[in-house]
Amino acid sequence: MSKNNKLSQLYLVVVFLVLYAPILYLMYYSFNSAGTMHGFEGFTLEWYDEVFHDTRLLIIVLNTVVIALFSSAISTILGVVGALAIDRVRRSKPRNALLAMNNVLIVSPDVIIGASFLIFFTMIGIKLGFVSVLLSHIAFSVPIVVLMVLPKLQEMSPTLLDAARDLGASGWGVVTKVVIPFIRPGIFAGFFMALTYSLDDFAVTFFVTGNGFSTLSVEIYSRARHGISPSINALSTLIFLFTMILVVGYYFLTRRGNRRPEWGVQQP
Amino acid sequence: MTKTRNLYLIPYIAWMLLFVATPIILIVYDSFFDVEGHFTWGNFQKFLTPVYLRMTFNSFWYAFLITLFSLLVAYPTAYWLRRTKHKQLWLLLIIVPSWINLLLKTYAFIGLFGTYGFVNSFLDWVGIGTQQILFTDFSFVFVSVYIFIPFMILPIYNSLEEINPSLLYASRDLGASPWMTFRRVVFPLTLGGVKAGCQAVFIPALSLFMITRLIAGNRVVTLGTAIEQHFLVTQDWGMGSAIAVLLIIVMAVIMIATGNRGARNTIR
Repeated sequence: MSKNNKLSQLYLVVVFLVLYAPILYLMYYSFNSAGTMHGFEGFTLEWYDEVFHDTRLLIIVLNTVVIALFSSAISTILGVVGALAIDRVRRSKPRNALLAMNNVLIVSPDVIIGASFLIFFTMIGIKLGFVSVLLSHIAFSVPIVVLMVLPKLQEMSPTLLDAARDLGASGWGVVTKVVIPFIRPGIFAGFFMALTYSLDDFAVTFFVTGNGFSTLSVEIYSRARHGISPSINALSTLIFLFTMILVVGYYFLTRRGNRRPEWGVQQP
Repeated sequence: MTKTRNLYLIPYIAWMLLFVATPIILIVYDSFFDVEGHFTWGNFQKFLTPVYLRMTFNSFWYAFLITLFSLLVAYPTAYWLRRTKHKQLWLLLIIVPSWINLLLKTYAFIGLFGTYGFVNSFLDWVGIGTQQILFTDFSFVFVSVYIFIPFMILPIYNSLEEINPSLLYASRDLGASPWMTFRRVVFPLTLGGVKAGCQAVFIPALSLFMITRLIAGNRVVTLGTAIEQHFLVTQDWGMGSAIAVLLIIVMAVIMIATGNRGARNTIR
């Protein structure tokens, strides 16, 4: 494959600069003793101190992470089951109906999902709070996982399944020993996509969150509407560092993981 | 065989009926009631007034612009990214900003674009002078594109990765110029990714009420803003539902139109 020329490298650098500029800007002014996002007055750690003493904010961060992990784990399980179900429906009419129903929440704007869930939870009497937010995050993540897993299932050659059955694998054995390992990249992609969507979601959560419970997005929204608050800058710096640690960890994990198939697949 | 098929379908369909079908039926039902709880067609009649029709047109126009600019920036990025040395690492670096909460990123732009913010200091230094950037259409589209870029890059990158390199060698061997190879081989093969990316951007872009509130300062009123207003501020759930229902109908039309084309492509 040919290498990139100067122009394309410049383009990529500019894209990366623009992508990271707002985040770096936030971080830089988290050390501003003036407490504004312009005119750097002097270095201070005052705002970090404020974050660590703001119990309410820390609980909200914890809520956000718990919701994201739970919802993406549960929706990954449901999504894999859903993808297996859809994959086994061979007749085109019911299959297309299932795919269409799966796509409904993906093509629905967030506001509509939020509004309809608000009506739904109010009607069946689920108190707005942790449960309603968790359920709605699972609901919008399941279809995403299905869409990430389904192509992997379709890539799988049917002869692989026939071979497994010929060699005496049970129905469950075929799924756990052959299908799941094959679609693993799709499952991971689905999980991380669900995690991303959950951490990033604001609109749906905003509708179903009620009074007592809040996630980071909702909290930042209400603070940002009142203007600039330096403790949010400090918090975003911490979030960014945490994300970077995760990314580096994930990168090395997958680099090790890439070698695994070589000794994972048994040679004849 | 039939037995296993049923086993996977049951939880998935149960989930879908509860969390996809029911909320939508409820929102349609609610759209026929006014604030006092009487049956009415009034919500839909109100929608057909110029105020709401212009709002609808605006929403779709902005969503279109956001999708277009995202695609224009994302495609070259994905294309050149794939040819860099440590492409997995670079790809992760593209995804990282999407893990930073979108409200934080939006909040950063309040500082960047503010009257004394970085962009204005830069414009002043260049000699253009301070401009009103916050609360304009430009800032709204720019921030939205910024937020959606990773969601556009990812599917395009994945479809680029799936291209068999021997196709590119074949194309070169048969005498095609790099541009010809791109136009006749690479681009058609990535159309699926482009479509997925456009869908991932266009639909959320319709409901971006937090960016309109924080960045465009109520200057840009979209359908998302209107639904949020009716549900959470004026508590007129009927009118909010009516707007949502009409939006659902439009989305369904778009989905059927693009879905059919997708099906035809896979058959071919």
